Amino acid sequence: MAEFVQETKGQLLRWVIHLWREPFSMAFNLVNPVILLIFMGSAFQGLARDSTGGDYRTYLLPGILALTAFGNSMAGGIPLLFDKENGFLMRLMTAPISRASILVSRFLAVNINTLVQCLIMLVLGLLFGIRIATGIGGVFTILFISLLLSFGFTIISLILAFVLHSHGDFFAILGITSLPMTFLSSAFVPLDALPVWMRLLAYVNPMTYAVNGMRALILSGWDIGLLVRIALVFLVFDGLVFWFGSRILSRHLA
Amino acid sequence: MSTPIVRIRNLRKSYGSVVALDGVSLEVQEGKIFGLLGPNGAGKTTTVKVLTTLVRPDAGEVEVSGADVLRDPVKVRSLIGYVPQELTVDPYLTAREHMHYYADLYHLSAAAGEARMRELLTLVGLAGHENRRVREFSGGMKKKLDLACGLIHRPPLIFLDEPSLGLDVHVRRDVWNYILKLKEEGATIFLCTNYMDEAERLCDDVAIIDGGKIVVMGSPAALRSQLKRDLVSVQIAGSDEDHGEMLAAFEKAVSRLKVVKGTMKEGGRLKVYVESNEVALPQILQSAADLALPLHSITYSRPGLDEVFLHYTGHSFTERDDNHG
Repeated sequence: MAEFVQETKGQLLRWVIHLWREPFSMAFNLVNPVILLIFMGSAFQGLARDSTGGDYRTYLLPGILALTAFGNSMAGGIPLLFDKENGFLMRLMTAPISRASILVSRFLAVNINTLVQCLIMLVLGLLFGIRIATGIGGVFTILFISLLLSFGFTIISLILAFVLHSHGDFFAILGITSLPMTFLSSAFVPLDALPVWMRLLAYVNPMTYAVNGMRALILSGWDIGLLVRIALVFLVFDGLVFWFGSRILSRHLA
Repeated sequence: MSTPIVRIRNLRKSYGSVVALDGVSLEVQEGKIFGLLGPNGAGKTTTVKVLTTLVRPDAGEVEVSGADVLRDPVKVRSLIGYVPQELTVDPYLTAREHMHYYADLYHLSAAAGEARMRELLTLVGLAGHENRRVREFSGGMKKKLDLACGLIHRPPLIFLDEPSLGLDVHVRRDVWNYILKLKEEGATIFLCTNYMDEAERLCDDVAIIDGGKIVVMGSPAALRSQLKRDLVSVQIAGSDEDHGEMLAAFEKAVSRLKVVKGTMKEGGRLKVYVESNEVALPQILQSAADLALPLHSITYSRPGLDEVFLHYTGHSFTERDDNHG
């Protein structure tokens, strides 16, 4: 166990150093959320006032946080794919380490990154005058919900890193999934405003639940029943992804 | 009397319909530098991947220090250091961070890792560069760091896959010196190379692999002396167009000499294999004079591993295909 902790710490440290010395990669993921917050928030402010009954930017922030968490976690496997392509991973595999330490260290690094990015977006939101109804406790709960969303998609991303053969394929998948995932959820508009077929798809999209939970915390207040339901949804989603993921990855890392 | 640290018996490995290893057997003695020699695609890298537990063999027995690569891969991994052919350093990390990264993978304490880092960076001439990021390093410095990373845990067995590929002359010489120093410290080195001079300079024993099979094994000196032939190489002056006819005539004349065992044309050059340079040289020169050949140069040498390779495989070492190594 002590050995596992040391292996994982060593690898996690490398990823954290990357995060620190490669700030542009974080900026890359934050470009779209920031643009949405500034431009979409302003553009739809007037239009949306009638249907959402308030400040659209405040309404939008949870959607943007979910998009940030989703984008970062889905891209989280890419460095492992690069390691696979350039031989670094192969060398790592000749060391007497648990294969799981490779995944755990990357998983932790991605979610630390998600946490930092969501915090940055929250602070930006506050600078734009957005107020959070549930206060500081709400901020922590919002960040926790971002992580619940990020957990499952990080694992999906780690699977992609080992299943796909080139980073070109990986970027293609990221490009294809991110907009539909966002629009087929309550990120930008209330579910009631969506046509029935989109609403049905939104109901099986984990992003919807993350957005609904964070939105309630920002707009109205503590709704414990809602938060428990959301926690259960993610228990099932993250649990299923973990179960499938560990089966697939243990085969690929044998 | 030394004991084998690597023992391979009848190893087979195929990728789909491509047979990479077709019944390889070999032993590496402890404390020696062993060279696995062959062109690209011969099976060198596959052999190393099996020994380093990266690839599962289809059949055969493979042991490192008595530990089976399939039954006890973790034990094998703790005994080996592996420096792959391609550079695997991380441009964002400093040299020190690299060494501590590997120290953690091999479960060294922080203090032991730091001490070993100083020792190894001094060995490879990178002392003073501990805190520089690797992206600022030259290619040679990166290779030296890469090598040091594989030594952090003092592995008794070190795999070096093409250690001097793409290095300039003096970095190459440095790397050779480190390898010899590691041997002095008691390590066993398993070296893959397709440079004959590297093998001749460093290796105590070599095995020549071609088409997934070991064609011959032994010390470089023993393999050379088995051939019982020297090489005289005659270079003709003038342009390429003139060479064809002149060389053909020359080859015909020389082949009639009793001392000549074989010939091979190579560009504007005729390689003549003879039993003894001393006897053959005057006669070959006489043949050239009879034909009034414009000679550019004439050299003679004892056979190298190039000739050994040619002898045992029936084709020249440079006729490589560039498949997976």
